[in-house]
Amino acid sequence: MPIEKIWVLAEHADGGPSSTTLELLTEARSMGTTVEAVAWGPATSELAGTFGDYGASTVYDVGDIGDALPGVSVAAAAAALITSGNAPDVFLLPATFDGRDIAGRLSARLDIPVLTNVVGLAVDGDTVLSQHANFGGTQVATARFTGGRPWLFVVRPKTFAAEPAGSGPAQVQAAAVPSDLGALNTAKVLERHVEERTGPKLDEAAVVVAGGRGIGSADDFAMVEELAKLLNGAAGATRAIVDAGWVPFSYQVGQTGKTVKPTLYIACGISGATQHLVGMKDAKSIVAINKDQDAPIFSISDLGIVGDVHQVVPKLIEALKARG
Amino acid sequence: MNVVVCVKQIPDPAAPGSLDPSTHNLVRGGKLILDDSDSYGVEMGLQLAEQAGGGEVTLVSMAPAGETSGLRTALAMGAAKAILVSDDTLAGSDALSTAKVLAKAIERAQPDLVLAATESTDGYTGTLPVQLAELLGMPSITFAKKVLISDGTVRVERQTEAGYDDVECPLPAVVTVTSGVVEPRYPSFKGIMAAKSKPLEQLAVSDLGLTSDAVGAAGARQEVTGVSAAADRQAGEKVVDEGDAHEHIVRFIEQLKLA
Ligand SMILES: Cc1cc2nc3c(=O)[nH]c(=O)nc-3n(C[C@H](O)[C@H](O)[C@H](O)COP(=O)(O)OP(=O)(O)OC[C@H]3O[C@@H](n4cnc5c(N)ncnc54)[C@H](O)[C@@H]3O)c2cc1C
Ligand SMILES: Nc1ncnc2c1ncn2[C@@H]1O[C@H](COP(=O)(O)O)[C@@H](O)[C@H]1O
Repeated sequence: MPIEKIWVLAEHADGGPSSTTLELLTEARSMGTTVEAVAWGPATSELAGTFGDYGASTVYDVGDIGDALPGVSVAAAAAALITSGNAPDVFLLPATFDGRDIAGRLSARLDIPVLTNVVGLAVDGDTVLSQHANFGGTQVATARFTGGRPWLFVVRPKTFAAEPAGSGPAQVQAAAVPSDLGALNTAKVLERHVEERTGPKLDEAAVVVAGGRGIGSADDFAMVEELAKLLNGAAGATRAIVDAGWVPFSYQVGQTGKTVKPTLYIACGISGATQHLVGMKDAKSIVAINKDQDAPIFSISDLGIVGDVHQVVPKLIEALKARG
Repeated sequence: MNVVVCVKQIPDPAAPGSLDPSTHNLVRGGKLILDDSDSYGVEMGLQLAEQAGGGEVTLVSMAPAGETSGLRTALAMGAAKAILVSDDTLAGSDALSTAKVLAKAIERAQPDLVLAATESTDGYTGTLPVQLAELLGMPSITFAKKVLISDGTVRVERQTEAGYDDVECPLPAVVTVTSGVVEPRYPSFKGIMAAKSKPLEQLAVSDLGLTSDAVGAAGARQEVTGVSAAADRQAGEKVVDEGDAHEHIVRFIEQLKLA
């Protein structure tokens, strides 16, 4: 059976589809003949034009789910569509907080497995081969499903480049959340807290300056912020210093944090653990400053500075300021 | 308040092993240890049971070859008892089939709250706890960075892309905790000694009323078809700072023509 229909889980961000949604729609076009999106939120119909532009012919609109967490309700609505005879061959979901929840719920609800941490996809006849980065991206494993469809793939952000197809608006079709979810659907969002950040977004910035435990303290992270600002970039961090409470989670780069692909990544006092590397190893160029000459980060750095961040970074800031 | 904490026992990440290029199995040696990510769940479970003024923490783990070393570590931290599911037919299980096994084991413990980590260190699918919640018929809140229990309700600060949400749901529920939520205690000598005599129940697939076609490699319905080395990123120039290393960086940045 050839691969024909591909679904993409569409997430919103800042009033439009998230960048990962557009990446997945673009990839879906090259995988099958029919691309459809599954979306939720009060304003999905307003985005039909954008979904269409990226290749979706239909958007299944789960609608406003109010204060419910999307995991249960969106998965249940998608499962209902699938079991009513509307199943896709492949369903691509983004590796985000809600994307993972929806994939997990859907998988258990329909009793179908899910492949996660996908960093590449290829249709091979009647099957789909997925790629998975192992050991910080030093190895790539290829996998495929051997059971029935739909096949669920949870794909890491920035795996594909988004490109519009220039097609007309998608047709919007309502997808109802089943009313019999009972205890499952009782998690409610009481309040949302947005951590304000200035400057370019971490996952979109051309320059990322990231700090790790070698920065020494929360106060010293100011030099990372300053360097990022001087280069019109965004500041990032390792999980070690997020866990230590030096910076908010939104700074985290890596497996559990953001995936970044900037033109320049400057790693300050970062050892280069595999879970950090998977989030930044595809930067166009990497500069690392670390006082340990054997730090693993150096093995993927275009320029490695063996030195103390407290010496090198302030001087770098001065030099860049002097340059104007 | 009875809390079940899912704990995975994994090969020591300090000696990670590698995928065998011909069999595609993970080649590993030595004993399994408690996944560090799960030590946060254990600590959180202990604190919540203490705050509730009663109840206990039960550990649930699925692991090969009757492995108990990781469970003993968590028992030494203060958990009351452990359930281990170990069975040859479980080899090759994926997240969903593991969730099916854990769900059956957890049902026996009748918990008010089930804790797991957001993702394991070695498998990191991050979907298992949610699959588990669906199979148990429970609500779930993932990515908790703070957990409070009161009056049969769990309230969580849930990590989001933009910041965090305050989320609430009635118990019983599944909650996944991020690392850093609490500071896991080190087992004391007394704890280590006490752990040796704590109840540890070992179960096989047949004890759980599951058939072997639903679990293990048969249940996974997926296969690894190949493993290859990723395109290598070459290490570039390395400069030892003698007071002028910043100049190298400035030149490097200039040559990128960023702006
Ligand atoms: C399931 C799981 C998921 C994870 N997800 C992530 C993730 O998303 N992102 C992430 O980053 N990590 C993640 N981690 C954690 C990861 O394994 C590492 O622990 C973490 O990346 C290390 O952070 P670090 O480099 O800041 O600290 P360390 O490893 O402690 O390294 C600090 C470095 O600073 C250097 N240094 C010290 N002082 C100085 C100085 N004065 N000048 C210069 N250099 C100095 C040291 O030589 C050292 O190399 C995850 C781990 C697990 C188990
Ligand atoms: N074999 C297992 N035994 C007990 N708990 C597990 C097992 N596998 C996964 N878990 C739990 O589920 C979490 C997520 O695992 P994973 O889906 O592998 O990322 C882990 O951190 C554990 O808390």
